[in-house]
Amino acid sequence: MALFQIAEPGQSAAPHRHRLAVGIDLGTTNSLVATVRSGIPTVLGDEQGRPLMPSIVRYLPGGAVEVGYAAQSRQVEDPKNCLASVKRFMGRGLRDVAYIENSPYDFVDAPGMVQLRTVAGVKSPVEVSAEILKALRRRAELSLAGDLAGAVITVPAYFDDAQRQATKDAARLAGLNVLRLLNEPTAAAVAYGLENASEGLYAVFDLGGGTFDISILRLSRGVFEVLATSGDAALGGDDFDHRVFCWALEEAKLPPLPPRDTRMLQLKSREAKEALALHGEAPLTAKLSSGEFIDLRLTTETFCRITQNLVHKTLGPTRKALRDAGLAVEDIKGVVMVGGATRMPQLQRAVAEFFGRDPLNNLDPDKVVALGAAMQANVLAGNQPEGGDWLLLDVIPLSLGIETMGGLVERIVPRNSTIPTARAQEFTTFKDGQTAMSIHVVQGERELVSDCRSLARFELRGIPPLAAGGARIRVGFQVDADGLLSVSAREQSTGLESSISVKPSYGLGDSDIERMLRDSFEHAREDMHARALREHRVEGERLAGAVRGALAADGGLLAPEERGEIDRLLAALEAALPGDDARAIKRAAEALNRATGSFAARRMDEGVKRALAGRSIANLDL
Amino acid sequence: MPVTLTEKAASHVQGSLAKRGKGLGLRLGVRTSGCSGMAYKMEFADAINPEDIQFESHGVKVVVDPRSLPYLEGTELDYTREGLNEGFRFRNPNVKDECGCGESFNT
Repeated sequence: MALFQIAEPGQSAAPHRHRLAVGIDLGTTNSLVATVRSGIPTVLGDEQGRPLMPSIVRYLPGGAVEVGYAAQSRQVEDPKNCLASVKRFMGRGLRDVAYIENSPYDFVDAPGMVQLRTVAGVKSPVEVSAEILKALRRRAELSLAGDLAGAVITVPAYFDDAQRQATKDAARLAGLNVLRLLNEPTAAAVAYGLENASEGLYAVFDLGGGTFDISILRLSRGVFEVLATSGDAALGGDDFDHRVFCWALEEAKLPPLPPRDTRMLQLKSREAKEALALHGEAPLTAKLSSGEFIDLRLTTETFCRITQNLVHKTLGPTRKALRDAGLAVEDIKGVVMVGGATRMPQLQRAVAEFFGRDPLNNLDPDKVVALGAAMQANVLAGNQPEGGDWLLLDVIPLSLGIETMGGLVERIVPRNSTIPTARAQEFTTFKDGQTAMSIHVVQGERELVSDCRSLARFELRGIPPLAAGGARIRVGFQVDADGLLSVSAREQSTGLESSISVKPSYGLGDSDIERMLRDSFEHAREDMHARALREHRVEGERLAGAVRGALAADGGLLAPEERGEIDRLLAALEAALPGDDARAIKRAAEALNRATGSFAARRMDEGVKRALAGRSIANLDL
Repeated sequence: MPVTLTEKAASHVQGSLAKRGKGLGLRLGVRTSGCSGMAYKMEFADAINPEDIQFESHGVKVVVDPRSLPYLEGTELDYTREGLNEGFRFRNPNVKDECGCGESFNT
């Protein structure tokens, strides 16, 4: 039986025609999935109502995986197989990965993108991300009771082509139809409805668990343009927890602790920090394995003092972003706060002071990116009212161009062009009689090819031999709505043409993608079993509830032995429900259903009798 | 026979109205479409037409247009949870049969 949601006036979806679309915030530390329900964007929680899902995947021997809180709880005992923060490795080679020495993983240097060795084999960051996306997709499909038409996935504004392509590939592996990749700061601005606001410049201040990003956006004619981004890839809420932890060690004059105590004290430090946002003072108590008791009080003053330089560290990149955009603080019309760590009052104060205005913070900073993505997904899936000309455009983050003589970059698509876009430029031959031209596609803002990122190379052969400068070769760039590029070159007199779709060179060839897709098919059976189990459980719970209600209401209609049989079968079903055997649940439910058949019929008769009692046929309203 | 809400349904409608920030109540209706004859319509009511029939249930105004009323008389609207999915459910005594998923029905 279908469940309904309230629609806006005149927008009730026709039966079987509502298109389910979600927004996904695929974060470094945590991920979320959201949708627009009854016109209101909402984050979808798990069975326990928790909105966040830690972006952690644990591989078990044999290929099974655990995702989210289940994987997080095993991080201490199984660090090499609990992969966290893989977003940092997306589309990155071993050389590009920062802070690699602090990671516990076994890295494998593959061409293009780094890989990680686990008990279940070598995994690429794309595969790990796909597991996270799969878990979010399952959550969404269970919550919305239907298949997803598509998803909008957010990525940091500074993600380059390779990182964006890697994110798209992960979505494809997870069986998601990507409607659009959306820049995270843009999504946050959308959640606050800024696209409807008057034009102007906005700053998005995003302090997550482990990363800090500041973006300067310009809104003009409904289009967000990323003017500048800056940040610190190793600064986040976790660092604030760590300061509290160090303070506790010092206050209690503790020696270096064993790992279990360290972990416990870290958790206690975090709890104290979170309690502090509500009260002026928070207790920090713990019992160590040595039997020693720690009983400290963390006050707001202490917390501000020990984290002062962390707060200060966010302002450097903020200044830099403004400088890169050529703006002064006064030019900024609004500041959006994103990320759980921005709840800290001293940070709010510092940001307000810096910008000379109160930041926008009335939405939950953990959810704001996912909510904005969901709103965009709802529009792209076609659920938006007619006449709502609300289609958000995005821009490419880095300029695209080709290499010319001397290792210089000729920019063809300047950064911040709105996408989709197509641009072309004419080039010519350099030598007399030249019959081939090598086209090297690069991305970046620097003048020298060696400072930019190389995306692809291809050749145009068979150019008619002419004097240098005689041939006219038109090079065209096309960028689709996801910021992905294809390049073509055409010799104008002969119509000779050559082109390439830029699969950024991170080493994930078509055959690799195919292999991973095959892997996902091989796990389809497990996925199917998991789904069947969930479905039988829901049905079983519904039946058990109905029988309990009927027994309470009309239990008197049953003979003692009938009652005993039903009670026994009900207990059997209730015992089977928490188990993992879908068939056992189904059998128990069917048995109970059969046994209650005549009871149901009697209840019906009794109801009719009651309705007719004391009334003559003539009075009945038939 | 009136159209009613359960207490749970009423509190969800009130919550949605409050979040939305406007709206007089809930409009219920039917229209012909779907695989099995009729389909339900459930929307926020921003305006009440002169011909509309109004009910009041647990503090929520329920508006039904006169042409839909015969199909909806005696309906109780409930709010339930099925696993992770939650939403409104029509308990409509006029329904003779419905399509497999219950999105459309016959009277």
